[in-house]
Amino acid sequence: MSEKKERHDFTGGPLCLSGRNVTKAFGLGDRKTVAVDHVDFDFHEGEFVSIVGESGSGKTTLSKMLLGLLNPTEGEILFEGKVRDISTARKKREYWKGIQAIFQDPFSSFNVFHKIDSVLLDCINMRGGRNLSQEEKVRLMTEACSFVNLKFAELTNKYPFELSGGQMQRLMIARIFLLKPRILLADEPTSMVDACSRATILDMLLDLRDETGMTIIFITHDIGLAYYISDTVYIMEHGRFVESGKADEVILHPKAAYTKRLISDVPKIHEEWDLSTVDLLAKEE
Amino acid sequence: MKNTLRQVFHSSKFLTGFLIFAAILLTMWIYPLFNPGNPLEMIGVGTFAQPGTYFSLYDAATTRTETLRLPDADEKRITNLVSDADRAAMIEWFGLMEIDVSEVDATDIDALLDLWLEHYDPSVKIKGMTQARRNFFKRLDKNLRQIRAADTLLVMHQEEEELVEKARITKTDYVNVSDVANVKRLPLGTDNFGRDVLKELVSATGTSIVIGLIAGTVATLIGLTLGLLAGYVGGLADDIIMFITNIFTVIPGFVLLILISYSIGQDQRGASVVAIVIGLTSWTWTARSVRSQVISLRNRDHVNLSKLSGHSLFRIILTDILPYIASYVVMAFILQVSSGILAEAQLSLLGLGPKTTVTPTLGLMMNWAMLYSAHTNGSWWAYFPVILTITLISFSLNLMNTGLDQVFNPTLRD
Amino acid sequence: MGKVILEVRDLKTKYVTRFHESVYAVDGVSFKIEEGKSLGVAGESGCGKSTLALSMMGYYFPPLHYISGDIIIDGKNISGMDPDTVRKSILGTEISYIPQAAMNALNPTQKIIRFLEDVIHAHDAKADNKEIRERAEARFAELGLPRDVLDKHAVELSGGMKQRTVIAVSTILSPKVLIADEPSSALDVTSQKMVIKMMRELMEKGYIKSMLFITHELPLLYNVTDDIMVMYAGQIVERGTAKEMVFDPIHPYSHGLMGSILVPEAGTRGSTLTAIPGTPPNLKKPPQGCRFAERCRYATEECRYHAIADKPFGDGRSYRCLMSVDKLREVYENE
Repeated sequence: MSEKKERHDFTGGPLCLSGRNVTKAFGLGDRKTVAVDHVDFDFHEGEFVSIVGESGSGKTTLSKMLLGLLNPTEGEILFEGKVRDISTARKKREYWKGIQAIFQDPFSSFNVFHKIDSVLLDCINMRGGRNLSQEEKVRLMTEACSFVNLKFAELTNKYPFELSGGQMQRLMIARIFLLKPRILLADEPTSMVDACSRATILDMLLDLRDETGMTIIFITHDIGLAYYISDTVYIMEHGRFVESGKADEVILHPKAAYTKRLISDVPKIHEEWDLSTVDLLAKEE
Repeated sequence: MKNTLRQVFHSSKFLTGFLIFAAILLTMWIYPLFNPGNPLEMIGVGTFAQPGTYFSLYDAATTRTETLRLPDADEKRITNLVSDADRAAMIEWFGLMEIDVSEVDATDIDALLDLWLEHYDPSVKIKGMTQARRNFFKRLDKNLRQIRAADTLLVMHQEEEELVEKARITKTDYVNVSDVANVKRLPLGTDNFGRDVLKELVSATGTSIVIGLIAGTVATLIGLTLGLLAGYVGGLADDIIMFITNIFTVIPGFVLLILISYSIGQDQRGASVVAIVIGLTSWTWTARSVRSQVISLRNRDHVNLSKLSGHSLFRIILTDILPYIASYVVMAFILQVSSGILAEAQLSLLGLGPKTTVTPTLGLMMNWAMLYSAHTNGSWWAYFPVILTITLISFSLNLMNTGLDQVFNPTLRD
Repeated sequence: MGKVILEVRDLKTKYVTRFHESVYAVDGVSFKIEEGKSLGVAGESGCGKSTLALSMMGYYFPPLHYISGDIIIDGKNISGMDPDTVRKSILGTEISYIPQAAMNALNPTQKIIRFLEDVIHAHDAKADNKEIRERAEARFAELGLPRDVLDKHAVELSGGMKQRTVIAVSTILSPKVLIADEPSSALDVTSQKMVIKMMRELMEKGYIKSMLFITHELPLLYNVTDDIMVMYAGQIVERGTAKEMVFDPIHPYSHGLMGSILVPEAGTRGSTLTAIPGTPPNLKKPPQGCRFAERCRYATEECRYHAIADKPFGDGRSYRCLMSVDKLREVYENE
């Protein structure tokens, strides 16, 4: 259908973010539910990692812990080889210079009372560009917007909600482009945009990784999407990683029963989608 | 922002409420310009005076008079003085005396009187008439003659134990009302202390609205601050704040209000003190609802993103939370103002309102009307306009609130 | 050629906004579905797919308004009927509709059997409750739904089970046409598969005669329906069999759409996805020429001013573009 694109494989670079026995439980006693259950992971610099799981698998809780918005009840997270310390507001702020996020719903990701320029200006200030000249700031913002195929001149004095969902998500990427964090956590950034805009956003994320060498952790429920975009795939079920490895290995030769089921349940176009195996009386979870 | 305002004023409910409220405010501002002075000044004595125009008798008597030919007025006065029964009696007497009255119109009292004075003779004895009836006709004659007599009132002035004639007022003397110094137009009459109810009402409305505004501001500020902190910070802060809020919710607010007002004492209770006390006891539901709104906002992505941008707690609350609930807070504030005005009225009605000697409030006016039994002696003007004003204020504020709700809450749009 | 069950002729409907502006969401749609066939509708959000589904029932309530066109089910034109007749004699027996959030439509205070009683009583007031239960049990067994579901409340069922229950309830009267608007999008993949399997059984066992299936998930559409039509800005831009549409799309919009399919299969990794820049046109004022011209890579000046009709080609396919089929195939080949 289309030509192969050369893609760098960053797996095996120095460790960027890793976790040991990371656990998050909510509630106490009988009401206790373990959302993330003793998971280990190693994300390398420049790696494109996907964490795949269905709703309720604990992937969003894990992403919040990685971002430092939730504290794990057990285990530790290592950032660039050192145990992450985000106990004070100042240390948190320092950590957040290294990790940033794009969220699922573009319509709730922006403060509707702030104009687009002020969103981007805020990023420049956060990177220490508060004292730059006005021209320099505009140049940086224009550059970031052109990276995501938006025209900065058309966006000034506009509010985010005047854009379409896809454009808003691209503006989010422009924000990351300005902030240049070491790690980007993308929590289902394409699940609420149309197929046509989805392709644009995915390619922009790949370009962003290739250009800056940033680690991208991509959280999704769509295994086909994960296969297309990532170097490494982690499959999550009930708060645990049931399988992880290079995308080709995990998707084309799955070992865990859950991964096999997940892949066989997704409709495909080249292979037969086998409905005969479905047991309608099977207990659903 | 501009768009929102336009939308708000497109809402017919909000607009109606706003116009009523604006009209009340405008009256409060304009009326004292035309009718300045202390609203608690006692212009009369005694009891409730009916709505109407009054002028001082003393001033009227000493004002320069003019003699006018006002036949109509004179006739009217005479007509009023001769009752229908008198007239019937006169015609009865003419009949007994066999005097022809066919030429005289029975309603023309002047002609009737002329005829009477010409023919009546007390010495004439009519056969078969009792003595009592004769005496009755004599008394009637006396009365009628008095009416026709040129009665003159003397206005005297006392000078060194001697009365000196000052002025002489005849039937045909008239005073132009605009020449009388002390004319009082009292569209709503006076209360039991002889105070102009309308003037008092205008001043009281102002005070009550100020009390409502202070109470609403205090309640909204406390509720907003606690709600924001509890909702956004969560954890222990939330537990403590909600514990306090729950305690205040469980204790009936009005009982608390009565107890606090009572313990402060009459002398210390100015209007602003009462307002603050009302505000201090009514913030709970603002706190609770702001908290629940903030909790639903707290996990929105733009707040998380703001955190990741390293913004401080204060800044996140101020720029990422507050603007989202601003419309809600404005609506809550409007309701708080309205309930503050009502709370003041209730308190004052019980006699726990502000000091009674400084400024009138709507509640105090009702209290006075009740104490001097305006409702039992039919002096409706002393309390009904007050009730109407409270209703109008409350109605307009609630209408504005509903209108705003319709604009900001898309599920209620029609 | 089988018997035509559903025929839609030049259907036009619009939304009227609060500010009295008209949004022409379905603008001249025509298609036919034969007995035993299913037709899929694909397109971006806002292209009019869901409005088409709503308009199909002949039951209009504000803000949706009917403009013109015919909806003919098995020879009976339902487009001119009054809402009461439609509700009493069309919905449920001739046509049934399942929206995405159907599973949330179950009143949580009532048992499932009550909904079935309601549906059957609406059309046959004399039906006996015992008969209804027997009928429901038989149908549920055939569709692979556990019998005890009938005496449960909606809150006791999982999302997938609720959705299957809703489908079973709304097809109890064996409607001729089933319209499913994203019936499985809110479910996880395993429940989705079960829902699809059940819908296929409904077709195979003849409880429904034809189906209109709407979704934005192309791999799903490919596996579920016989034919696919692609909708853009209120119009059908291309129609063909599922296989033809996925592997040989002709219209530039379909081509872009099919180029964005992602499936976990060898060969998709490392390929380039086709992206379509821009946003769909504002349907308050549809463009006079080709509606896709603004976003089309191959558009010429002529496209913008030339109203384009549906052109048939191949074996029962049709498309809406100025360029010829061969020219378009050649262009795609050289990319």
